[in-house]
Amino acid sequence: MREITYCDALNEALRQCMVEDERIVVLGEDIGCYGGIFQVTKGLLDEFGPDRIVDTPISEAGFIGACVGAALTGMRPVAEIMFIDFTTVCMDMIVNQMAKMHYMFGGKGCVPMVLRTNIGAGRGTAAQHSQSFHSFFAHIPGLVVAAPSSPYEAKGLLTEAIKNDNPVIFVEHKRLYTTKGPVPEESYRIPFGKAEIKREGADVTIVATHALVGAALEAAEEAANDDIDVEVIDPRTLSPLDKETILSSIQKTGRLLVADEDNKTCGFAAEISAIVAEEAIFYLKAPIIRNASPDTPVPFSPPLEKAYMFGKEVLMDSVRRLMAYA
Amino acid sequence: MDPTKDQLIGLYKTMQTIRLFEERIVDLYARGEVPGLAHLYIGEEAVAAGVCAVLTDEDYITSTHRGHGHVIAKGTGLDPMMAELFGKKTGCCKGKGGSMHIADMDKGILGANGIAGGGLPIAIGAAWSAKWRKTNQVAACFFGDDASSNGTFHESMNLASLHKLPVVFVCENNGYGISVCQAKCTLINDVASRAVAYDMPGVVVDGNNVVEVYEAAAKAVKRARAGEGPTLIECKTYRWRGHHEGDPNQGARYRTKEEINTWKEKCPIKQFKKKLLKDRIATKKQLETIDKEISQAISDAVAFAQESEFPAVEEMYEDIYVELGEAQ
Ligand SMILES: Cc1ncc(C[n+]2csc(CCOP(=O)(O)OP(=O)(O)O)c2C)c(N)n1
Ligand SMILES: [Mg+2]
Repeated sequence: MREITYCDALNEALRQCMVEDERIVVLGEDIGCYGGIFQVTKGLLDEFGPDRIVDTPISEAGFIGACVGAALTGMRPVAEIMFIDFTTVCMDMIVNQMAKMHYMFGGKGCVPMVLRTNIGAGRGTAAQHSQSFHSFFAHIPGLVVAAPSSPYEAKGLLTEAIKNDNPVIFVEHKRLYTTKGPVPEESYRIPFGKAEIKREGADVTIVATHALVGAALEAAEEAANDDIDVEVIDPRTLSPLDKETILSSIQKTGRLLVADEDNKTCGFAAEISAIVAEEAIFYLKAPIIRNASPDTPVPFSPPLEKAYMFGKEVLMDSVRRLMAYA
Repeated sequence: MDPTKDQLIGLYKTMQTIRLFEERIVDLYARGEVPGLAHLYIGEEAVAAGVCAVLTDEDYITSTHRGHGHVIAKGTGLDPMMAELFGKKTGCCKGKGGSMHIADMDKGILGANGIAGGGLPIAIGAAWSAKWRKTNQVAACFFGDDASSNGTFHESMNLASLHKLPVVFVCENNGYGISVCQAKCTLINDVASRAVAYDMPGVVVDGNNVVEVYEAAAKAVKRARAGEGPTLIECKTYRWRGHHEGDPNQGARYRTKEEINTWKEKCPIKQFKKKLLKDRIATKKQLETIDKEISQAISDAVAFAQESEFPAVEEMYEDIYVELGEAQ
């Protein structure tokens, strides 16, 4: 299969959906002639024109709210918020409006919109441009939270997000935009709430999200050299969450490592750990380990930011610690 | 409220310091010594210089992502500033904030800001605080043309007007957000015209003319200190570089070389230098000496930053909370 980048996979999903469905409009800052700060919307303005590819002023509460209103009345808007950090300036529209309407209105009316944004540190952009608080949205009932870990997931999940009738927070990852992988040319959908077992194994389960899926697979390779058989699960959507795949993996391995880039306290890793503790504790052979970001703002200084981040080595160390329990 | 001879020379020094500082950053950034995002102020120096010249050390400012000019003009030392851009322990934020978060509480600098429009309400709060504490301080708040599309602008304007707060709103209108030009963000020509909606004076000045900026700011500060309330000053100017260092070809995706060159012709420093010479405020030689001194101070700051240490990894966990008993 041909290989394209995560960024191009997202672009292709948008383009194919827009050709098919005229109700799709895209709104965001610098998404037109600039092509989006990460180039995800590159070329779309030329193809679909300024009525459907709309550059907005810095008015996040305004245009995200407008997407809610438009979705409620028959359009299918896709909005881009440049960095997840900026979702805070339109949080009322997301949490109190977008997420709640279908429920508050007794199941009447729906909000089929997608809010695309991204997480991830490592670019030296400090505490207001590097956060990974995707877990926050998984905390809000009514929102779907998608977390694509590869170009294949990026295209399939975005296509599903656009076609799905629910409001979706679509959380991309900055470091993944330039990574390449196999992606089918035709349009396809990855269903929400279906985890993918990225690698089968019998000794340790790693539930990993976003860029840490790749790191977990590398760790699994390395562990195999030591005869440790690691299973890697990518939940693909944080909400809805495919608990069954995770729980049955634990029944097999009895060891859980959760790897997620949100801050440790109250983050997604905490949720997975709690579910396993509640529903599969008697299968556990070892205490659960969470590898998550430290509970600090993202520091600017390069050595501090480097220490803030983690990857294969940290996961590998955790795998060994889990294996210390017979 | 004409500036004195010394004040005029001071304005020149400030503008030239900002210019030469930013030009040095271009080079340091390209060589990877300054990491992250650097939004440079080249071309807009007259705004920060003119406004900060009428503020005292006790007055407050809130700044933006494009904040180096404001910070220099308000009086932060070049050494801690440069060190911060390098992420060093000796930086004004111990290396934790970087370019977009430079703050200096001793100079009333309540932070650059990574959130467009984030500084406006904070300036309102500082001004309100000054009013509550009866200190006669003023808060000047810098923000871009596109940031004025953020709801915080409108809410802040209304609050400041309603409570007659000592605020000077300084819109740096450089014609663009990142890639989107002003005409694609709003149908009004002058952001200043929005002042009408909040019943405060709104003035448009040539943001490349430092004396014009100075005079408008002096008037606004006088009004603020007299308890008469806020003013909105819109400074028309232009950024020469891309939105940030690394923006391909200084923004070629969304603007023309001709446009950039037209504005370079209107260089605020070149214009002012001409005026200083023509009005015999300074001689060519005097200005050259000033330039040399500034260059030296910047080189010293670079050396200071290079020689400084990075913070130790443990320091990442410090300063998240104020320690118990540390409250002021
Ligand atoms: C709330 C928010 N939305 C978007 C951004 C991304 N962003 C950073 S600077 C910028 C453009 C700012 O334009 P303007 O206010 O005119 O200031 P300038 O860069 O021209 O000085 C944008 C959109 C941001 N930092 N904060
Ligand atoms: Mg601007």
